[in-house]
Amino acid sequence: MAGSASEYIQHHLQNLTYGKLPAGYERADGTVIEEATWTLAHNGQEASDMGFWALHLDSLGWAIGLGALFLFIFRLAAKRATSDQPGGLQNFVEVMIEFVDNSVKETFHGKNKVIAPLSLTIFCWVFLMNLMDLVPVDFLPQLFHAMGLEYMKVVPTTDVNVTLGMSLSVFALIIYYSLKVKGVGGFVGELTLHPFSSDNLFLKILLVPVNLLLEGVSLIAKPISLALRLFGNLYAGELIFILIALLPLWAQWTLSVPWAIFHILVITLQAFIFMMLTIVYLSMAHEDNH
Amino acid sequence: MNINLTMIGQAIAFFIFVVFCMKYVWPPIMAALQERQKKIADGLAASDRAARDLELAQEKSAQELREAKQQASALIEQANKRANQIVEASKEDARKEGQKLIEQAKAEIEQERNQARDALRAEVAAIAVTGAEKILETSVDASKHNEMLDKLAAEL
Repeated sequence: MAGSASEYIQHHLQNLTYGKLPAGYERADGTVIEEATWTLAHNGQEASDMGFWALHLDSLGWAIGLGALFLFIFRLAAKRATSDQPGGLQNFVEVMIEFVDNSVKETFHGKNKVIAPLSLTIFCWVFLMNLMDLVPVDFLPQLFHAMGLEYMKVVPTTDVNVTLGMSLSVFALIIYYSLKVKGVGGFVGELTLHPFSSDNLFLKILLVPVNLLLEGVSLIAKPISLALRLFGNLYAGELIFILIALLPLWAQWTLSVPWAIFHILVITLQAFIFMMLTIVYLSMAHEDNH
Repeated sequence: MNINLTMIGQAIAFFIFVVFCMKYVWPPIMAALQERQKKIADGLAASDRAARDLELAQEKSAQELREAKQQASALIEQANKRANQIVEASKEDARKEGQKLIEQAKAEIEQERNQARDALRAEVAAIAVTGAEKILETSVDASKHNEMLDKLAAEL
């Protein structure tokens, strides 16, 4: 049982990977590839041997699908948006938009047309991706297995690539707005002249590496913590669902139901935190008070 | 935990979604929201105005009612006065008419009495003459004794 259990867990945590295997690589079934080829990985070892040049088709597919679903619904509401009596869909969409708009206005006081739609996209998209966690763990993988796909991980946010992809985009925006608002000099000054400062020029120069180290770490920590927080929470949640699925069938609901109910809170909260931290980081990038 | 191209793919998808949301989702809904806000504010202002108008109209109608009442009472007073006048005038007329009738009757009575007296007088004169003739057993020349007869008649 122990072996099959760990196999079950590992199978569930393996992405459907499409990538490039190097020439002369010996595959799982013993065949040797003569030329470098793009192919689906047949096991975890092959997937990791593909290195950087590989795509997680399942994560990316679900992420894009869910993002498109979100935009489709909201676009539908936006097209029909009326200032008269709103319908049910418009009500829902307006509630979401006002919620995000208020969150942005409370934190960010400058003028920026990007931040609010960005926050809305982050919140709804991350929420939908997290929501996939509530689909029973075996349901979709079994379905795709029947269709001939060996691996299928349906929760995109349990893939660190997905969360890193988003947080690094946010990081790029932080850098862009820092440079735009403060200028290159201002941004470099912020990184090198704080938190330790001195009136003595020599001491000031001496303190530059210390400040750069501190500020650099705190700057780099932003996208990393943003990505890993979301990834960690969802990965752990998914893992617990998988562990619960190892129990005998009649006992599963005693644990999976409470965990799923608790998880409703987690997935909403994580989506909200990702959005709020993005707003906070971007509003810090806009502040020019040093 | 393989870091790979998925990250780039996700970043590209993220970028496209954000741009789409910024261009085609956020502005129309925001515009609708703001327009509705404005509509509601306008509606509230209009209702305020209407309430004020109503108050003014009520005040005006009350004043007009008061004026109408005053006018009506003035009219009634006038009418009463006029009626009194008419009654007075007709009373006066009636009195005058009655007076006139009485006077007429009196005059008629007087006339008839005079006529009767005259007739009587003539008759008495004739009777007197006849009586005297009988007494004197001769005819009295009326023309000779006319003066005396007239005097007699006047004394009657």
